[in-house]
Parts: sequence; structure tokens; C-alpha cells
Amino acid sequence: MIEVKNIKKSFGDKVVIEDVSCVMKAGQCNLIIGSSGSGKTVLQKCMVGLFEPDQGEILYGGQNFTAMKGTEKTEIRKEIGMLFQGSALFDSLNVQENVMFPLNMFTKDSFKKKLERVNEVLARVSLADDVNKKYPSELSGGMKKRVALARAIVLNPKYLFCDEPNSGLDPQTSLVIDRLIQEITKEFNMTTVVNTHDMNSVMEIGNYILYMYKGNKEWEGNNREIIFSKNQRLNDFIFASEFLQDAKDMRMLEETGKIPNHRNMEEMLRKDAPSMGTSSDTPPTN
Amino acid sequence: MTIFSDIGRYLLMIKGMFSKPENGKMYWKEFIHQCTEIGYGSLGIVAIISIFIGAVSTIQTAYQLVSPLIPPSTIAQIVRDTVILEFAPTLVCIVLAGVAGSRIASELGNMRVSEQIDALEIMGINTKAYLIMPKIAAALLMIPMLVVIAMVLGIMGGRIAAVAAGIIPGIVYDKGLLEFFVPFNVIFALIKSYVFAFIISSIPAFYGYFVKGGALEIGRASTKAVVVSCVLILFADYILSALLLPT
Ligand SMILES: Nc1ncnc2c1ncn2[C@@H]1O[C@H](COP(=O)(O)OP(=O)(O)OP(=O)(O)O)[C@@H](O)[C@H]1O
Ligand SMILES: [Mg+2]
Repeated sequence: MIEVKNIKKSFGDKVVIEDVSCVMKAGQCNLIIGSSGSGKTVLQKCMVGLFEPDQGEILYGGQNFTAMKGTEKTEIRKEIGMLFQGSALFDSLNVQENVMFPLNMFTKDSFKKKLERVNEVLARVSLADDVNKKYPSELSGGMKKRVALARAIVLNPKYLFCDEPNSGLDPQTSLVIDRLIQEITKEFNMTTVVNTHDMNSVMEIGNYILYMYKGNKEWEGNNREIIFSKNQRLNDFIFASEFLQDAKDMRMLEETGKIPNHRNMEEMLRKDAPSMGTSSDTPPTN
Repeated sequence: MTIFSDIGRYLLMIKGMFSKPENGKMYWKEFIHQCTEIGYGSLGIVAIISIFIGAVSTIQTAYQLVSPLIPPSTIAQIVRDTVILEFAPTLVCIVLAGVAGSRIASELGNMRVSEQIDALEIMGINTKAYLIMPKIAAALLMIPMLVVIAMVLGIMGGRIAAVAAGIIPGIVYDKGLLEFFVPFNVIFALIKSYVFAFIISSIPAFYGYFVKGGALEIGRASTKAVVVSCVLILFADYILSALLLPT
């Protein structure tokens, strides 16, 4: 479990995180959502200690991580796996060496055993073993993401941080990655924190969702509650996605007793409002 | 004043380098890798430079020594001493600041910008110890060796030029090399090369490790690293000469 207490972070005069508190529970996927620039990455980096928060504290399993000194911090860090937004693979090492790196550093296993583990995690992120000898520069963006995820989970961390694990992935692979993250979270009772703006992931794995708006916690809840939330900003954010039209329809059905005919193209073209769904929208009258 | 905060950060970086390796084998591997990069990787350019410098100093010394009172073997002595005292250590290190220094700065800068350093930190690795220390250690081992090779090749280059231009016969040159040889000169050159090696590796490591921004800043940082290293080399050269050479 990770507790975030009144975290504040600014760069120069620019306040990026104003005052955020939340609790990330073990054994579930905790999502941080929000539009680009809302401070998701900065919040995650504060949580792992890559940024020093100006104020507030982070507790890992009740221990105050922010106040820790070098070696204590290192002990916690050994239990953290992190997938960076830009993958952060080591350019000078090939895929196999990248994934094996944490094993080389922290285990004394034989090469054969380490290789087995590497192939196992690579298979879990649906990468075939013909990528083993490729260098990061020879991979596509989505493949890099998956290699980075494999590297993050190779040591079975207690805490897993993923910064946009699905950006740059096709919907099918995204789903595979989401399910994998959820699976290993359950399997190893990990505390997983995922930054995303992919609404598919939100609906698929969002056990806990923290919605960030301009550096503040605007809303929190789970993937059931999010559809029925009355928060205007959250609604604007989630219903910007067409995939969730069904979800919106569902809510309309509950509220008004009828389903608006949004898929009627003619109707949509006639509508002059540019945004196609905020809660203030009146259902089109046929 | 940024210069004081830079010096402070530099010293903290050096201090942070000393910690127990997480895994000795990985550190050793990185050290060997850096030795190949810095040592073997710069061998070609060092060889070319030192042969030509030896050759040019022979010709120029001969040109300046026109008096019939001075025995011709003096040319070899002068070439030997300038190569050992100044050209091999200082010039080679200035070139190495460009070759190895910019490589170190851009490698670390790229790792910083693409978050590879953060990724290592998250794994619980002391990145100062793992990334910087092997580079400095490799430089301290390999650069004095390169300087010794440069001394030998420089003197050989001088002999080739002397013979080829008909300045003095090889046998006279060889005889001159053995006259009034001061072994301390070699020790002095080695002391210099250790100091320069530390500068060439730690200064670019500092600029690379603390890069902020993107690809453009990596280029800037490595240029700055080379300029600062060169200035510091020349400054250290002056200080060491003033302190250690009896005048
Ligand atoms: N190192 C930094 N120095 C200064 N400002 C920064 C730094 N990192 C982030 N910021 C600022 O903090 C704000 C939030 O950035 P952040 O990267 O957390 O956004 P995000 O929510 O992750 O967006 P995205 O979804 O695009 O990744 C941005 O306005 C950005 O300009
Ligand atoms: Mg981000």
C-alpha cells in the first residue's frame, strides 16, 4: 500500500502538483487519469522519489519514504518496478540484456536460469523470442514499451509504476498489456499505479481511479462509479472518448428513460456543438 | 553564483561515487568496457598525433639550431625532452578531452535525457557509482598508458623525420637520445597524465550527468565539457610545472 499525503510540487513559479493525497491499495490497479499536462508523470515521479516533493510525504507500507536516507531508500527502490513514458531502455544493450539487467545486478542465478526468466516475461508481454538480439533502436515504439514493461516486472516487484503503458499500442495489444498488468497485480499482490488516458484501460482495470485536473485531485472512485459521476470536468474528460458512448447511453437510459440516437449520422452533422457529449448536452429530440 | 554551486555539485558527485557496488561483477564489466572505449578507442588518433608531433619538432629544432658550436645530437635530446615533458602528456590529453571527453558527456547526457539514469535509480542502483566511477577509473588506468605510447611513438616519429629529411643520421639521433637523460621527466609526465586523466573523465561526466532538457542540450553540454576540460588541463599543466620542475 502506498499513501500519498498532501504532496505539493512546483518547478520555479509553476505549481504542477497543488495538494494531492490518495491511497494506492495493494493487489489492485490504481489509475491516475487526466489530460496531457495535468501532472500525472510528475505525481508518479514524486511517488518514487525521482522528484523531491516540496511538501508532503509518501508512505510505502506505512514507512515514510520521503524522510528516508540513501540506503533505506535503496531498499524500497529494489521493490519498485517502473515503466517510463519514453520506455528508457538502455541503448547500448539488446532486448535480452535489457530485461536481464536487473537480474544480473541483483541475483546470483546462473545464466541459463536468468535467460529462462527473461524469455518468460518477454512471452508474457507477447514478444516472440526473435526480438532477443535486437537493439532498442531497431524496435517500434510499442515494442519498446513492452520490453520496458518486461524489464520492470522481471524481479517481481512489490510496487509497479507504469507511465502510459499503452500509448503507441494497437487496441488488441493494449488489452493484452492491461490484462497482464491486472493479472500480475492480483497474482503477486502488487500495488500497481498506472498513468493513462486510455479510457479502455480505465474501464478494464480501474479498481481505483484518481482523476487529476491541473495539478489537483478532482475526483476519485472506481470504474463503476466513474460512469455515473456528476463531476463536470470528469465527464468532459471521459466522454470525449467515442468508445464510451455506450456508457453514456447507459447513463442517459437511467436518467431519462430513453437512449439518444447518437449513431444517427445525419443528426450528428446537423448538431452545431463541437463537443459530442458533456453532461449538459440535452438529448437530441427526434 | 552558478560557478560555486557547480563546484559544490561536482564535489558531491565525486563523493557520491564512493559506495559499495551492488554487484561487483557488473561494475567490473562496465570498467573493462570503459577501458576498451577510452584506451583502445583512442589508440589510433594518439598514434597519428604523436608520430607527427615528433617529426615536426625534429624539423623545427633543426631549423632553429643553426650554430655550428652545438653538436647535432642535441636535436635528439631536445626532441626527446619536449615530447616527454610537454607534447606527449599535454597535447595528447587535450586531444583525448575532445575524443573521450565528448563521448563521456554525450553518453551520460543521452542517458539522462532519455530517463535511462532514472530507470537505473529506480532499480536501486547508485548511478554515480555505476556510471561515473568506472569511467574515471578506466581513464586513470588507460590515459597514462596512452601517454607512454605517445612518448615512444613521438620519439620514433622524430627519428623518421630526421633520417628522411637528412637532418642527422639515425645513429647520431640514437646517441643523442641517451645523452643527459633525466628519469624524473618521465615521472613528471606521468604525474601530469594522472591529473589530466581525472580532468578528462570527471568534468565531462559532470556535464553529461547533470544535463537538463533535450538533444540540443546534450550537444551543448559536451562542447562545454571539452572546453572546460581543455582550459583546466592547461591550467593544471602550468601549476604542476611551476610546482614540480626545478628552475
Ligand atoms: N522537469 C520539469 N521541469 C519543469 N516543468 C515540468 C517538468 N516536468 C513537468 N513539468 C511541467 O509539469 C506539468 C505536468 O507535466 P506532466 O509530465 O506530469 O504531465 P502529464 O499529465 O504526465 O501529461 P502527459 O499525459 O502528456 O504525459 C507540465 O505543465 C510540464 O510543463
Ligand atoms: Mg506523462
